[in-house]
Amino acid sequence: MSEPVVETRDLSMRFGGVLAVNNVNFSLLDKELRCLIGPNGAGKSTLFKCLTGQLALDHSNGRVYIRGHDVTGWRPYEIVRLGVGIKTQVPSVMNGLSVWENVWLSARRIHGRDGARGEADRVIGELGLGQIARQQVGELAHGQRQIVELGLVLAQRPWLVLLDEPAAGITGAETERLVELIRQINQNATVVVVDHDMHFVKMLGGKVTVMHQGQVLMEGASERVLSDSRVREVYIGGRAK
Amino acid sequence: MNDAFAAAGRMRWGWFIAFAIALVLLPAVSETHTPTLLAIWALFALSLGLMWGYAGILSFGHAAYFGLGAYTYAITAMNTGESTAPLLLALFVPACVAAVIGAMMFYGRISDVYMGVITLVVTLILFKFMNATAGDAYRIGDARLGGFNGIPAFPILNVPGDPSTQIFGTPFYYVSVFCLLGCYLVSRWILAGAFGRVLLGIRENQARVELLGYNAPAHKTAIFTVTAAMAGLAGCLFANWAEIVTPSVFSLGQSAEVIVWVIAGGLGTLVGPMLGAAVLGMLKLLLGQQTLIDNSLVLGAILILVVLLVPRGVVPAFLAWRARRERGAASRRSAQGTRRRRQRPVSGTT
Repeated sequence: MSEPVVETRDLSMRFGGVLAVNNVNFSLLDKELRCLIGPNGAGKSTLFKCLTGQLALDHSNGRVYIRGHDVTGWRPYEIVRLGVGIKTQVPSVMNGLSVWENVWLSARRIHGRDGARGEADRVIGELGLGQIARQQVGELAHGQRQIVELGLVLAQRPWLVLLDEPAAGITGAETERLVELIRQINQNATVVVVDHDMHFVKMLGGKVTVMHQGQVLMEGASERVLSDSRVREVYIGGRAK
Repeated sequence: MNDAFAAAGRMRWGWFIAFAIALVLLPAVSETHTPTLLAIWALFALSLGLMWGYAGILSFGHAAYFGLGAYTYAITAMNTGESTAPLLLALFVPACVAAVIGAMMFYGRISDVYMGVITLVVTLILFKFMNATAGDAYRIGDARLGGFNGIPAFPILNVPGDPSTQIFGTPFYYVSVFCLLGCYLVSRWILAGAFGRVLLGIRENQARVELLGYNAPAHKTAIFTVTAAMAGLAGCLFANWAEIVTPSVFSLGQSAEVIVWVIAGGLGTLVGPMLGAAVLGMLKLLLGQQTLIDNSLVLGAILILVVLLVPRGVVPAFLAWRARRERGAASRRSAQGTRRRRQRPVSGTT
């Protein structure tokens, strides 16, 4: 059996009196597509922030390993430099810059001065952002900003992609396109998707980890997990059909 | 359309050369004492404008580096009797102090509010300390710090390698202008490169820049250091202009004034802060000649008016107005062309 590429050991995070993540042991294999789901306040976004270095950790919080590196306490940029692409819950983009400038800045670190322009054009074309490439990102709709942020992740060609609520603010056909895109990314990269939208998670398929009250409640194939009575209970109070 | 990268790095050589020629010819029609001071203030404002306008770092105590440059020059010039090494040290010492303070602030995940407080406190400490250095105990080599009275009578700039040939009057004006234009070119060069573009990214969203794998604290520390060196150079030139250094170079007034110059001239441009410093500096000198109205009151009123009427500053407001006018002219030309095509008779019809 192959070694996990991402692993947490006894990971906990407390905010005042609230234990948002409680002793979580989570692991992920190479090229896996994993959905991390749970109701509001389950601790999934906190776990995401622990994995990405957005929350400062020390060894009293447990350990986080990425490809064998103990990244506990690392800053986000150090974790990203391991080849990790991160999309945050609220679109985190550079509002005063254009779409092209945003993507170029992302591509520049990996592809250098000569390759950044071509890579930015490729990603913008692939995501269908050509029409708005010169527009300031701050002027775009929420859904478009989500796609731009995805473009920032793709421009670095990461081997591990962490997406926090990528479908928020995206509707209908766009969601189907997003599912297609995530599957496409998953062909070359390990992907973690944090979401609470059961429908979206069903569309994605793959393995699902359910969090509840800061702990892992259940883990397994999406069909089995999503039809489990315990999951239904914590998610929508057992009213799911 | 938005091209923040291009706008930040664009060098308008025609304007630059025309402006440089005007500054070179100025001594032919005017005295140089006041223009020299305005060039020094413009350099000081440029240093803050580069850091604040392009990297989003607001220092409430930028005068600390201005003052350190002035004191470093005065102390080392008193000890060495010439000006070359003191001039270089006047850049180096503020840069080193800024590098240490900057690294502590930016790697320490300190929020912008606390960063503002720290920069302010550093200036206040230096101001208080320098005021308390009266007496013979406060001496560095041959230089007595002099407390409230400061350090007078230190050797002024000389031709490198020739301490007997001092630079003052019109030649000193040219040195100041050369430093100002040189720092402007360096600033443009910084902004045109990848480092400058990362700074723009940090200004817009530091968290995202870190999530792209850039070491944001290192970039911020670097620009903090570079602009402190520029402020130190301005302080050194100011010491040479005034021929005395007093603790007032560290004063809150000095720090506040440069912030007003940058805001009024226009944040996010390089020309704006320089223009703000020159115009408001001139106004300050003119107001200083009368006793009817307090200087600070007028400066405060100007700041309020600018914030209310042109919140982005004079230069960005002017650029936006010009862009609107050009767009309007282009659309009028396009509409006229369409009308003419409609009025033209179609060939072959009777």
